[in-house]
Amino acid sequence: MSLNRTFSVLGWRRPGMANAALLGLPALWFAALYLAAIGALLVTSFWTVDDLSGNLIPGFSFTNFQQLLSVPVYTHIALRTIGIAAAVTITDVILAWPVAYAMIRLAGPRLRAAMMAAVMVPLWSSYLARVYAWRLILAHNGLLNWALMEIGLPRAHIGYSNWAMWIVFSYLWLPFMILPVAASVERIPPSLLEASADLGERGFSTFRRVMLPMALPGMVAGAIFTFSLTLGDYVTPMLVGGRGSDFIGNVVYSNVGVTNNIPFAAAYAVLPLGVMAVFLLIARKLGAFDAL
Amino acid sequence: MRSETLIWAAVAAIFAFLFIPIVVIVLYAFSAAPIPAWPIAGFALHWFADTWHDQAVRQALVLSLEVASVATIAAMLLGTLAAMAVARMQSAAKEVVSFIAVLPIALPGILTGMALAAYFAFWGINLSYWTIVAGHATFCVVIVYNNVVARLRRMPRSLTEASADLGADAFRTFRLVQLPMMASAIGAGALLAFALSFDEVIVTTFTAGAQNTLPLWIFGAIRLGQQLPEVNVVVFAIILFTAVPVLLAQKLIGESGKVAR
Repeated sequence: MSLNRTFSVLGWRRPGMANAALLGLPALWFAALYLAAIGALLVTSFWTVDDLSGNLIPGFSFTNFQQLLSVPVYTHIALRTIGIAAAVTITDVILAWPVAYAMIRLAGPRLRAAMMAAVMVPLWSSYLARVYAWRLILAHNGLLNWALMEIGLPRAHIGYSNWAMWIVFSYLWLPFMILPVAASVERIPPSLLEASADLGERGFSTFRRVMLPMALPGMVAGAIFTFSLTLGDYVTPMLVGGRGSDFIGNVVYSNVGVTNNIPFAAAYAVLPLGVMAVFLLIARKLGAFDAL
Repeated sequence: MRSETLIWAAVAAIFAFLFIPIVVIVLYAFSAAPIPAWPIAGFALHWFADTWHDQAVRQALVLSLEVASVATIAAMLLGTLAAMAVARMQSAAKEVVSFIAVLPIALPGILTGMALAAYFAFWGINLSYWTIVAGHATFCVVIVYNNVVARLRRMPRSLTEASADLGADAFRTFRLVQLPMMASAIGAGALLAFALSFDEVIVTTFTAGAQNTLPLWIFGAIRLGQQLPEVNVVVFAIILFTAVPVLLAQKLIGESGKVAR
């Protein structure tokens, strides 16, 4: 017991030491595995591959980046990825508001708990199951076209297109937007909304001028996930996007799995890293990290 | 109130959007047809038995369960330690730890997967069971961490101090005071971490090599358009079995109903 006591006293007198003892293992894990892996990604992005043997050639060469910038298809793919990620984020903000507002301001405690559970279940349901469900729904002989024919409309050809990706990504990440928006609406004191009404603002105007700015950190926190998860995906483009809808992730994936050109894949993966670094810096300024 | 009616109508439509695909999955699991089509022509149960006896599915399931178990245990340990450290820290240091912990899920999956692939290639490490576990544990830490941090924030420091005043050393205080109060939060985090690991596909592709976890098996089967009736059964079963830990976790977290991911 005395050794325990020695440590305890030491931890009490020197809180820094106790923190270091607690944090040591997690810090080591993240430094040695995750942060080092990101470092390795940056380093290998300057390497090249021997065309004949396929062996990695360490060094410092801009070959991969030059190729990425000079071949237009890589620019197109990058713009498509970022564009759809942005569209998905905006869609989810719009869809999240009615749910968050109704959950926090309109529903009673029981209904609110039920709604919360109803948001949580799809959030944690299998990602692949949900993508696959949409593949079935949007297929030529799927539920959507059947429903359209039943009401006398022509079949829609949105399976395997950018539209399909937009719908499916918006669907997949919607709960990630609803939860932080609801949490930030919950933190707005009702008295502020009453004050706004007392001062003569009408419902929508109160929403626009009081709630929307105050819930901004929540929206940005949700956007980190909706944007980043879309940006880093390659499974959904493969399963519902079809031909000619490659994402950055698909190029990275095929360069690792098929061509085995890890340096080139690493160089392309640096782009989402850069985009997210800028995004996270802005998010921090807007106070989104307190709303995570 | 007309605007309230409008909002509720929108909410109903959005919840329909959220749940129709899940209903579709449930229905297709019982479809008799070898190739999925709507409307479902006939219903059958024999695909369940076929799937259960499929060795490839079984092996993938066992690998997924093993990976998720070990990754969850590692995440419980690392996440709880980090959360306890953060509970004692100044706000600036706190922010740094929280930021680094959330990176593996806040950064695009392709980046995390690619970074790990490059790292293992850098050291010449062959992809194996352990490389999958290492990747999963890394992005599961934040799930446990967030849940425990939220719990510790509500837990008064005075209890720990009282325990010390009564003569307990740090380890005894941990065992008798802190751990019992954190237990349900750690448990909830562990359940969610398990669910996340069990379902992960984006990062896993880059760390698994030739092995198949269950999501990798599903991904491969859908892509090749093979064994779709078995896919229907597997995804239905996954939805069913992940709903249980998630709803349980929500109970454990308590009234606030917030799950930090």
